[in-house]
Amino acid sequence: MTYKLLRRVISSSSYTKRPQICIVGAGPAGFYAAMHLTKKLENVNIDILEKLPVPFGLIRYGVAPDHPEVKNVINQFTKVAQQPSVNFYGNITLGKDVNLQQLRQHYDAVLLTYGAEEDKTLGIENEDATNVIAARNFVGWYNGLPCDKDLKIDLSGRTAAILGQGNVALDVARILLTPIDDLKKTDITEHALSALSESKIKEVYLVGRRGPLQVAFTIKELREQLKLKNCRTIWNENDLADVHKVVSDLPRPRKRLTELMLKSFNEKQTMSDDCNIKYFRPVFFRSPNKFLVDDKKQLTGIELICNQLVGEKCVPTEEKEILNCDLAFRSIGYKSVQADKDLILNQGYVKNDKGIVEDASSNLAKVYAAGWLGTGPVGVILHTMGNAFQVAKVMHEDLNNIDDQNKGGFEEIKKIINKSNSNIIDWNGWEKIDKYEKEQGKIVGKPREKICSVDKMIKIAKK
Amino acid sequence: MFQSVLRRYLILHKLKLFKAPVSSQIRRIHVTSNLWHGEYEWQDPKSEDEVVNITYVDKDGNRIKVRGKVGDNVMYLAHRYEIPMEGACEASLACTTCHVYVPPEYFDKLPPSEEKEDDLLDMAPFLKENSRLGCQITLTKDMEGLEVQLPKATRNFYVDGHKPKPH
Repeated sequence: MTYKLLRRVISSSSYTKRPQICIVGAGPAGFYAAMHLTKKLENVNIDILEKLPVPFGLIRYGVAPDHPEVKNVINQFTKVAQQPSVNFYGNITLGKDVNLQQLRQHYDAVLLTYGAEEDKTLGIENEDATNVIAARNFVGWYNGLPCDKDLKIDLSGRTAAILGQGNVALDVARILLTPIDDLKKTDITEHALSALSESKIKEVYLVGRRGPLQVAFTIKELREQLKLKNCRTIWNENDLADVHKVVSDLPRPRKRLTELMLKSFNEKQTMSDDCNIKYFRPVFFRSPNKFLVDDKKQLTGIELICNQLVGEKCVPTEEKEILNCDLAFRSIGYKSVQADKDLILNQGYVKNDKGIVEDASSNLAKVYAAGWLGTGPVGVILHTMGNAFQVAKVMHEDLNNIDDQNKGGFEEIKKIINKSNSNIIDWNGWEKIDKYEKEQGKIVGKPREKICSVDKMIKIAKK
Repeated sequence: MFQSVLRRYLILHKLKLFKAPVSSQIRRIHVTSNLWHGEYEWQDPKSEDEVVNITYVDKDGNRIKVRGKVGDNVMYLAHRYEIPMEGACEASLACTTCHVYVPPEYFDKLPPSEEKEDDLLDMAPFLKENSRLGCQITLTKDMEGLEVQLPKATRNFYVDGHKPKPH
């Protein structure tokens, strides 16, 4: 008690300011912001709250298992978390265990970095049919996201279609087309591995509403797909026929990407009799109009509208065609959820000005948003890093102007949370989970075998 | 440890073997230890013959002079001197967080970028003709006086008008 009192006296004196910062969401945006703030503020306390018992967000649950190098950033984030001024508190849900107003009462600044976890829907007929799957759930399934572990997916058909032409779409295609022996060496979850090893999918269509010059995937991902073992790429003759005329005028990234497509197109790969060969088939200028189903509401195909490109815009024509397929993925982007009733979402992300979330209650701590929650779900890790640093800089400037800093921080928040949830997982708990997963992985020759149940994570962390 | 000895050996014998296998080496090493990255850059030059003086120009235009040595990796050297250059993927050619600009007179002295590096640079905002990834630059004696500039991108990302397109 005396200690607490003493600390309060010390912290309220202007000589030893120790701002209490709360970050909601332990993904790359949260960690990069924490990194910046710990570098800039000598005396600070940062609590990172996370819905899951485990940290790293999309680095753990989004990055494809065959891209282990991308996950190296975890080492840097671990160093951030191990600093005495940074705390990780997992298994805490904003809007359920604690609300935004409470965080604002007990911290000097609240940064929201909880990402964009919901997928956008097409809003077309039969979207709820069996085997129409959100790419996001498929990614969560093969990466071990607890809420996706029981995804119902039937891989017994021959043909899959992916609607969308971004990097997530290419990840999905690559996982479906990669020889199973290559996936076995990654940290892909056991349930996904066993389902994929039985997969009969031979052909994967990648359907885009616009043309080859408008694709959203990047060259690294396309090159990987084109180099895949036992896989041929078959382009539609008409889609790329005129592209060579404009290539030389394109800016460098688009030019190199288009040249790579043309190179592959000019190889004129064709179908083969060899049953070990799989096929990757990009299709352009097609928008899904409706999913076709049989009497059991099982997917049988997609009705596509043929588009025409007028400038950068795509305009539908009268022409329609049917793409027969047994499995379809929707991969047209993500949006953020409204985690707390006080938050205003606009077009899938939190409205903010340079990271500051505008709000009338000025007697409470300021709220900030960074990463996909603040920018919308766009860009690679560099973009998230840049944005997180930028928002952290704004926070740093604001915190320098706050005098009254004697907030209770997590000590107060804990009292609120403990009413409903006694299983807060700290960094120590995560380290136990991490160790366990690595040990389990070792047994089967993988970097790790992820635990896919929240209960089991808690059990191991609390041991 | 073995790796840095090997690297030193290669450099002493002027064998230009180092750049090509870098990513596969890193992957292999990564399994056994996280601590190896950048260790070599923490060693001071053993003699003046080894010294390569370079300058980092940070995003605010501050010039930071650094006394590096032959064989140093520009990204890890920056980390040693707390220059705000990131390196999310630890030099395994999987990200673009160490994007830098190299002046033309030095640009031509560097071994040309590999396809993989070029693919990544294509994703970097404010890509220029003289863009490289810091993690792919290894200092040699003829890089004495090199100035690498960090892009402003990470700071004024959205303010400067660049917005990545949604997928």
